[in-house]
Amino acid sequence: MNCTRCRASAEVQLRAHNAAFCRTCFLFVFRRQVERAIASERMFTKEERLLVAVSGGKDSLALWDVLVDLGYDATGFYVGLGIGGYSEVSHEKAAAFAARRGLPLRVVRLEEEAGGLGVSTVAAATRRVPCSACGTMKRHHFDRAATEGGFDVLVTGHNLDDEAARLMGNVLRWQTDHLARQRPVLEPTHPKFVRKVKPLYLTSEYETAVYAFMRGIDYVVEECPNAAGATQLVYKDALNRLEVASPGTKLAFVKEFLRAAQPAFAAADLPPPNGCARCGMPAYGSLCAYCRLVDEVERKTGRADAGAHA
Amino acid sequence: MRVHLRPQHRIVEIEGRRRVGQLLAELGVLPGTAMVIRGDVLLTDAEVLEDADDVEIRAVISGGAS
Repeated sequence: MNCTRCRASAEVQLRAHNAAFCRTCFLFVFRRQVERAIASERMFTKEERLLVAVSGGKDSLALWDVLVDLGYDATGFYVGLGIGGYSEVSHEKAAAFAARRGLPLRVVRLEEEAGGLGVSTVAAATRRVPCSACGTMKRHHFDRAATEGGFDVLVTGHNLDDEAARLMGNVLRWQTDHLARQRPVLEPTHPKFVRKVKPLYLTSEYETAVYAFMRGIDYVVEECPNAAGATQLVYKDALNRLEVASPGTKLAFVKEFLRAAQPAFAAADLPPPNGCARCGMPAYGSLCAYCRLVDEVERKTGRADAGAHA
Repeated sequence: MRVHLRPQHRIVEIEGRRRVGQLLAELGVLPGTAMVIRGDVLLTDAEVLEDADDVEIRAVISGGAS
């Protein structure tokens, strides 16, 4: 198999694009794809300060690598989730990546920040699915770190597969409020929000894994122990089976949703959020989702210190 | 050939020359959901593997909270 661009021996085949690339051309094409996503969606400029949410996984580290390579002012932000050895390894990978390249990395550990509220503790206390508790806590800390740190943009490594799986879940349950906000760029609707962007939204996780491998990025290959059986993985499997039968399905699903359907959902979006009565972060009720979660842990465990941070 | 499956941390021994695509199908790995690595090089489905080969099949799927 030969490279579509230079005819050298190919190292990677991308069925969705009906193309194959050698290492040099793949790295060129990958960077160009990210650059085009940033430019076409007007995500950010080189004058703006970016906070990149990094997990130690392939997507976020590949994204941080590309952004720095392209000359953006990108600071990493790692949230320690308190998921035992998995979190320790994830932190090590993120910290080693930053140290090797001399990049700034900010760190928050849930177990220290919120009176010891790691994901495992919260999930057990509230009997929530761990991924639900994890998402609520991560989003809160991402927003806080971005506004308190004076950053202009919060950048996440959500890839095409993440977006397609999320879209499938939102459509299957017709979660119109979620569909209204499923966009590669979300402008702030509250003074304590910054712009949120997903430069990898059209890049498959196979491509990000290949990029990370080719660039020698040492990322966490192991899966989060809480993700086993997660609904998102069920959707990803279904989508990957569709992709085998018809290459390009995931890309078309997300692109056509954004072009043809998303604007209609966005027009009917919720009004802007208020400020949380406790922590001041954006909230759609009197308390934000994070403070409600902390309250729930306090109620169910009798821990009076659970909300002491806010 | 020796095949290392990650992140499962499983090793399987398979005999006989075959293409990468055939190996993935036999192991039930969907195309585009894993990288096949030999040394420091990635292999496409068309590459041929020999008995003496030592390869890693590394899954690329991650998920959970978004």
